Amino acid sequence: MYLALWRILPGPRWLRVALLVIMAALVLTALVLWVFPVIDQLTSPQDVTVEE
Amino acid sequence: MSEAAQPVLRPRRRARRKPTPIVGVLGEVLITVGVLILLFLGWQLWFNNVVSTATQTATADELSHEWEATTATPDPDQTSDPGEPVVMDTPAINEAFANLIVPRLGLDFKRPIAEGVGTKVLNNTKLGMGHYTGTQLPGAVGNFALASHRSAYGGAFHNIHQLRVGDSIYVETADGWYRYVFRDLEYVRASAVGVILPVPQHPEAVPTERLITLTTCNPFYSSAERIIAYGVFDSWYPRAGGPPPEIAQIATASGVN
Repeated sequence: MYLALWRILPGPRWLRVALLVIMAALVLTALVLWVFPVIDQLTSPQDVTVEE
Repeated sequence: MSEAAQPVLRPRRRARRKPTPIVGVLGEVLITVGVLILLFLGWQLWFNNVVSTATQTATADELSHEWEATTATPDPDQTSDPGEPVVMDTPAINEAFANLIVPRLGLDFKRPIAEGVGTKVLNNTKLGMGHYTGTQLPGAVGNFALASHRSAYGGAFHNIHQLRVGDSIYVETADGWYRYVFRDLEYVRASAVGVILPVPQHPEAVPTERLITLTTCNPFYSSAERIIAYGVFDSWYPRAGGPPPEIAQIATASGVN
C-alpha cells in the first residue's frame, strides 16, 4: 500500500518525502476538522445531564 | 549451526521482493487504523480540550464586551443597596446569555452559558455549558441549573470536586453579577432529575431560596454517575456598579484583549 504510494510519487527522494509530509498534514487537518467531531458525536459516552 | 542457516536465508529475502502480498497490505491497514485511533484519542482527550477552553473563554469575553459597551460608566455609589436581583427573560434556545466565573476552578475560569443542554450546546467548542430549559434564571427564587462536560469539550467542570464550602460562584449577565456561595456536593445516578428541581430532591416543596446547581459526569471519562454541586445565592452586583472586587481582575481582563 505505502510502497505503491512511494512509487507513484514523482521526483527525487526529497520531493517525495515533502509530498508525503504535506499529504499527512492535509489528512490530519481533515480528521480534526470533520472526521473526529462526527465520530465523537456518534460514540461519545460522556453524558453530563440528568434526565429520565 | 549459523553456517548452515545463512544459505537458507538468502533465497527467502529474494522471495520477499515480489509484489506485496495481501497479508502485507492487511498489516499496513491495521497499523494505519491503530494510528488513527491513537490520533482520535489524542484529539478527544487533549487537543480538543485545549482548543475548546480557549474558544469558550473567548466567547465569554465577547459577551462581556457587548454588555460593557451598552453600559454607562460604572458608578461605585450604586453598589450600596442593589435591592432585589433583576431576573432576565428566558433566552432563545442554544443562545449564550450568561457567563460562569468560578475562581476555585481557575483564576481565569470564565465560560459562556447557553440555553438548553442538547449536544449543540454541550458538544460545542464555542459554548460547552448549558442551562436546563425550564429551570429558573440567575437571581430568581428556585434553581438555576447548569450542565457541562467534566473532561471533554473544554471540560469546564473538570475540577468541580475541588470546590470548598464558601467558594464564590459568579454568574455574569447583561444586568450584572450574581454571587452564589458553594454549599455541597452530591453524587447521584443519571436518572436523578430531582437535583434540578426548584427545591432539589423535594418535588412538593415551595421554593424560598435562590439556588444554583451544576451537574456533570462522574467519575472522569465516564458517565456512570453524576456529580452535583449546589450553591446558594448571596448577593448581586448591578452592572452600573462595576464587577465584584473578588473577580474585578478577570472581569476587566477581557478589556485587555
